Amino acid sequence: MAEEEVKLFGTWASPFSRRIEVALKLKGVQYEYIEENLTNKSPALLNYNPVHKQIPVLVHNGKPVAESFVIMEYVDETWKHNPILPTDPYEKAMARFWAKYIDDKLWPAAKKVVVTKGEEQKGVIDEIEHKMKNLEGELKEKKFFGGESLGFLDIAANIIIWLLVAQEALGMDQILNEEKLPALHGWLQRLLDDAVFKECVPPKKRHLDFSKVKFGSSIASK
Amino acid sequence: MGEEVKLFRSWSSPFALRIVWALEIKGIEYEAVFEDLSNKSPLLLQYNPVHKKVPILVHNGRPIAESFVILEYIDETWKQVPLLPEDPYERAMARFWAKFCDDKVLTSIWSAFIKQGKEQEEALVAAAENLKFLEKEMKGKKFFGGERIGYVDIVLGWLANLVSIFEEIVGLKIVDERKFPLLYSWMQDFAEAPIIRDNCPPRDKMIVKFKALLDAAIASSSSSSK
Repeated sequence: MAEEEVKLFGTWASPFSRRIEVALKLKGVQYEYIEENLTNKSPALLNYNPVHKQIPVLVHNGKPVAESFVIMEYVDETWKHNPILPTDPYEKAMARFWAKYIDDKLWPAAKKVVVTKGEEQKGVIDEIEHKMKNLEGELKEKKFFGGESLGFLDIAANIIIWLLVAQEALGMDQILNEEKLPALHGWLQRLLDDAVFKECVPPKKRHLDFSKVKFGSSIASK
Repeated sequence: MGEEVKLFRSWSSPFALRIVWALEIKGIEYEAVFEDLSNKSPLLLQYNPVHKKVPILVHNGRPIAESFVILEYIDETWKQVPLLPEDPYERAMARFWAKFCDDKVLTSIWSAFIKQGKEQEEALVAAAENLKFLEKEMKGKKFFGGERIGYVDIVLGWLANLVSIFEEIVGLKIVDERKFPLLYSWMQDFAEAPIIRDNCPPRDKMIVKFKALLDAAIASSSSSSK
């Protein structure tokens, strides 16, 4: 079998590079992880992603792929066992539609929560709740968005964890409460219990401290 | 075999046009349902409740929205005349560039058209930087897909007819032939391809529409400035 060289450029606190870690681990792909300092990007990163100069970048046998969903699809098509995307074209389309919804609509709203206050913030929270209700509609009674096991859309939805940590760091009520979003609430517990997935979230305390600094809270953690 | 394919579109949506082109290139029979976006049909709202937009492809009663998602669905369902390459790395490159086209190229060129003053200047600079990447990616190929039109060509296809319309309305050069010779000749080749040429909204109607959009944007920006 040919020598396979897989490298992942990422950061510990980025949900986007964490997505790739989940995908690679689910497929049992051996890879070298390179932690980037985004305030001092390595020449390698700039060389591999000259267009966006961003992580994550996957480099497979010297060839770079950037953009988290593009990388995830590449991983799924290159290592075909344990598929992340459904095989049925319509189900695949639904997974891609909702993943795009998460990045294009839910994530920008989540970022707004931490930089708004008062009435404006309340409006953003309502917006997020509405969007998460849409996601609940897609989850329905399933264990995961991917069905019995976690898949593309579950991985894409990891940004919900980042939103919740940011809210906790700022002393806000958690938006994912059992009463308003029961299916998603249960889903999140299962996701965080999953043997592979739970290795691919930042350590809670470190993530909380990081969020507190990033979003300007002066309350020190104990 | 009964196959029912409907495409909800508007007469001018460049996103819906992508789907028209894909269906035509693959020779897929379909019914076009033209929507008046100022008065959306109950069916549209039922088929795309999340975004309430076109395009929507409805295949045997099942709706799909978002042009990239629809294009991939079409390519996976009707395998003749493939739009995406077969090799996983080439597919990744096509998907990367398609996203770049919408996130960066389209956004900056739209801003260059619709904004004024300093915002317009900055958008033009951003557009030129983005176009440089595309120019490099052409690498002497006739189309981004190689010898024939593929996924990225379809996604970027709006550039071929809309940019000259924008340039005419605002009197500015956005895609300079001297700076972007490969891209410029791609625009000609793409626009002249029979399927594309036969499936483009009428230019005069487009000029009226986009001039009206620009006038409205200028009016609202001057009424809100002090």
